[in-house]
Amino acid sequence: MREKVLIVDDEQEFLDIVSERVRARGMEVSTTTSALDALKMVDEESFDAIVLDLMMPEMDGLEALKRLKKKKPEVQIILLTGHATVQKGIEAMKLGAIDFIEKPTDLQELTEAIKKARAHKVILAEKKTQETIKKIISAKAW
Amino acid sequence: MTITWDTVGTAGLQFFGQMSASNSHEIKNVLAIINENAGLLEDLMLMVDKGVALDPQRLKSLARKLAEQTRRADQIVKKMNQFAHSVDYPVKSVDLNEILDLMMALTGRLATMRNVNLELKASAAPVTLTTSPFFLMNLVWLCLDFAMNATAPGRPVLLAPEKTAQGANLRFSGLERLAQQLGSEFPAEREKRLLRGLKAQLSADAAAQEILLCLPAMIDG
Repeated sequence: MREKVLIVDDEQEFLDIVSERVRARGMEVSTTTSALDALKMVDEESFDAIVLDLMMPEMDGLEALKRLKKKKPEVQIILLTGHATVQKGIEAMKLGAIDFIEKPTDLQELTEAIKKARAHKVILAEKKTQETIKKIISAKAW
Repeated sequence: MTITWDTVGTAGLQFFGQMSASNSHEIKNVLAIINENAGLLEDLMLMVDKGVALDPQRLKSLARKLAEQTRRADQIVKKMNQFAHSVDYPVKSVDLNEILDLMMALTGRLATMRNVNLELKASAAPVTLTTSPFFLMNLVWLCLDFAMNATAPGRPVLLAPEKTAQGANLRFSGLERLAQQLGSEFPAEREKRLLRGLKAQLSADAAAQEILLCLPAMIDG
C-alpha cells in the first residue's frame, strides 16, 4: 500500500514540485498552503504523515502541530523549517513531531521520514488493536 | 543631542537581528524551491536514461522557474545589502520614500506572518531628510510593529509620508484597534530614546485611527 502524505507549506511553487517528486516515488500526496485547511483535511481523510512548514501565515507550524495532535493523536508529523534551531527542534519533538527537517530539503531524507512515520503509525494502530482485544477478552467471562 | 549606538542599546541590535533573520529565512525558501527544481531536473534525466522521452516544454518551464526564483533571491539580497549599508554613515541625506520602500521590502514577510498587509502611499516628490538612516528605520519598524498590533486581522496598515515645512510627517493609518492598544507600553523607553535622538515627535489620534511621526529636516547642526 502506498504511503499517504499531506504536505502543508505557504509556498505554492515549493508544494507543486515537492509533491510531484514525492508522487514519482510512489506516494499518494495531498497539499495545502493553509494550516487551517490542513486541520479540516485531517477530519475528512487519514494520512500516514503530515509534512508541515514551521513558518506560515495564519498559524505557525508549532501551533498547527499542537492542534493536529489534539484532534488526531495518532497523526505523524514531520516539521520542515527554513531556519532549524536546536530549541525549535526540541520544542517540536516535545509536542509530538516525529521528525524535524531543514530546508532546502534532501528528498531522500524526506521520503525516508515519511516511511518512518507510516511505520510508526502502523505500530501505534497495532498496539491500539491489541489493547482493544485485551479489553474485550478481559471483559468477557469465557 | 547626537544619536549614538549607546542611545539605542540593544534595541538597534534586535532590529538588525529581526530583519536579518526574517530575510535570510525568505532566502532559504527560495533556495528550497531552486533545490527542488534541480532535483526535478535530475528525476527527469533519470527517466531519460530509462528511455522516457523528455518534453522540451518541461525543460523550458523549469528554466523559467529557476530564473524567477534567482531574481526573487537577488531582490532580497539587494535589499539586505542596502539595509547593511544603512550603518555606513551616522547621518546622511536620505529620501524618506526610499527608506520606506526598503522597510516595506524588509518587513513584508513579518507582516504576512501576522496576517497584515502593508501599503505604502509614497509622496510624488522626494522627501529629503538629513538624518540617521539606520535609527530612522529602527524607529519606523517599532512604529510598524505597534501599528500591526493595532490593526484588525487581514486589514491593511497604510504608510503615508509627506513633506512639511519642518521636515516630514509619516502617517500610519488604518489602525482600527488603536484605542485598545494605546494603553500598552508604547512608546516605551527604546522608542523614546530614538525619538529624542532623531529629534522626532510621535502622536496618536484614536478617532482618526492613526499615529503620526513628525521628523525634522535635519538632526545635526
